[in-house]
Amino acid sequence: MSIAAIDIHVQLSGRRVLTGASIRVETGTVVGLLGPNGAGKSTLIRALSGHLAATGQVLVNEMPLESLSRARRARLIAYLPQQRVIGWPVKVRDIVDLGRMPWRTWGVGPIENDRVICREAMELMDVVHLADRPANALSGGEQARVLTARAIAQDTPVLLADEPASGLDPAHQIAMMAGFRKIAASGRAVLVSLHDLTLAARWCDRLAILHDGRTVGGGAPAEVMVPEVLGGVFGIAARVETDSCGLIVSPVGLARDAGP
Amino acid sequence: MKPTLWAGLLGIVVVLFATSLLVGSAALDPATSLRGLVGQGDDAAAITMREIRLPRAILGVLVGASLALSGAALQGFLRNPLAEPGVIGVSSSASLGAVVVFYSGVAGVSVFALPAGALLGALVAVVVLLVIASGNTTTLTLILAGVGLSSLAAAFTALALNLSPNPFASYEIIFWLLGSLKDRSMAHVWVCLPLMAVGTLLILACGSALDALSLGEESAASLGIDVARTRLMLVGGVALCVGAGTSVTGAIGFVGLVVPHLIRPLTDCMPGRLLLPSALGGAALLLAADIVARLPWFGNELNVGVLTALIGAPFFLWLVIRSRREGF
Repeated sequence: MSIAAIDIHVQLSGRRVLTGASIRVETGTVVGLLGPNGAGKSTLIRALSGHLAATGQVLVNEMPLESLSRARRARLIAYLPQQRVIGWPVKVRDIVDLGRMPWRTWGVGPIENDRVICREAMELMDVVHLADRPANALSGGEQARVLTARAIAQDTPVLLADEPASGLDPAHQIAMMAGFRKIAASGRAVLVSLHDLTLAARWCDRLAILHDGRTVGGGAPAEVMVPEVLGGVFGIAARVETDSCGLIVSPVGLARDAGP
Repeated sequence: MKPTLWAGLLGIVVVLFATSLLVGSAALDPATSLRGLVGQGDDAAAITMREIRLPRAILGVLVGASLALSGAALQGFLRNPLAEPGVIGVSSSASLGAVVVFYSGVAGVSVFALPAGALLGALVAVVVLLVIASGNTTTLTLILAGVGLSSLAAAFTALALNLSPNPFASYEIIFWLLGSLKDRSMAHVWVCLPLMAVGTLLILACGSALDALSLGEESAASLGIDVARTRLMLVGGVALCVGAGTSVTGAIGFVGLVVPHLIRPLTDCMPGRLLLPSALGGAALLLAADIVARLPWFGNELNVGVLTALIGAPFFLWLVIRSRREGF
């Protein structure tokens, strides 16, 4: 299973947000989507999920996305929007259970399989101890983990997460990325948009870079985290080192006046 | 939903329905009432029971249930605890329709003229809202469109009152706007029942979509929900329920606001699973309010719409204050 976007163009209220973005996420991998504010990361993810009118092609397992029915899409692609919405004082376990909706037969409640999958998703995002709390009363970071667990519980071959790690404490950021690696290893394709270059470099198999609405370069973290990209796209200078576990990217200053 | 909640709500509705049949200005003891209801005993009791109290109690159940169902559905869809059937402008447009019929003098032609006018008003509101809601607009647009429609309907109603040819006509118009279950017949029941049935089915069919929408429209869509279709079904269902109710009883406000809030803490707060319990709660609330309204308080019967507004408006304000303090 894979998901791919080829030469996506999107215009939102007259502004050309995407002008030729292409990306490919293979099963078993975690791909990080990076780019400065306003580069079009959210727009690309929404186009991939089919929630946006876009020119270009989105292929799920080499099938055009628009040829798939609404119900079939919901069993193939889970999408976690950047905006965290929880409408009512619904318990965390019920929120996570909403992820099972595409797999439900009409009028039949949760079966054993649903409970197992929800439980695993909640363990992965460390929200089991919150299960009976009203989700809208949790902190921002806790809500992010609950909603990510909801998307994981959808149990789809493709998971698209728009900035799921923002607002999380360092331990939970790392736990979340480790969780994504784990579900990728179990045979899913995961695309995560991130702002934290350190986190992205260390935990993603591949990185894609969006700059002014187009994808520029991309590849393994070591190929992407080079001064030209860091300076040209992000406008920063960073110290890049390697240890036994992988890459360490540490921004040290703006590109123009590198170093403190 | 918990069986105890079902049983409790159903029990309350049954008890209030029976009480509604037994309370009234005609002094009938329960035994006579019961005989009258099944068509035995003297004619006066039979007429009182079957032509006055029975339709009144049935309308209490139907209108109360459909108003609260509509309120629960709207709150769920808009993710807004302040949403109410009045919000989308159907109540006020239906009232305007009734007022126009009254003002033009067509009301004297047939007993169905008034309901027909109110239904027409509701229909116009629905069509306008459908045109706006079928575009890919946000829920905020829907609310604002409702506010606009309500204001327009209120302005035209005020205009009708302004231009009213005689004080008696204004009195009748005001009386209609206050809403009442008094002096309705089985014909009124048959006018609104089929419309409410269709509207109720449309709303109930949106149950799981409403659950998903508590995560926002994008997440709901990613779960396979057709948000645009859900929006159309809800606007149609709510318009049918509220329009049919208003066409028979006049505007009865705040039932759709108060009931979902009273019932929600007793459920798991999922908007879809709140629908049916709210309908039962609405039936109970309107039956209770109507019983209280018909007790001889000041020598006169109160209009049940006045009573629900007296309870509902402070409740609304309290919700506003609470939501300002701790968010929704």
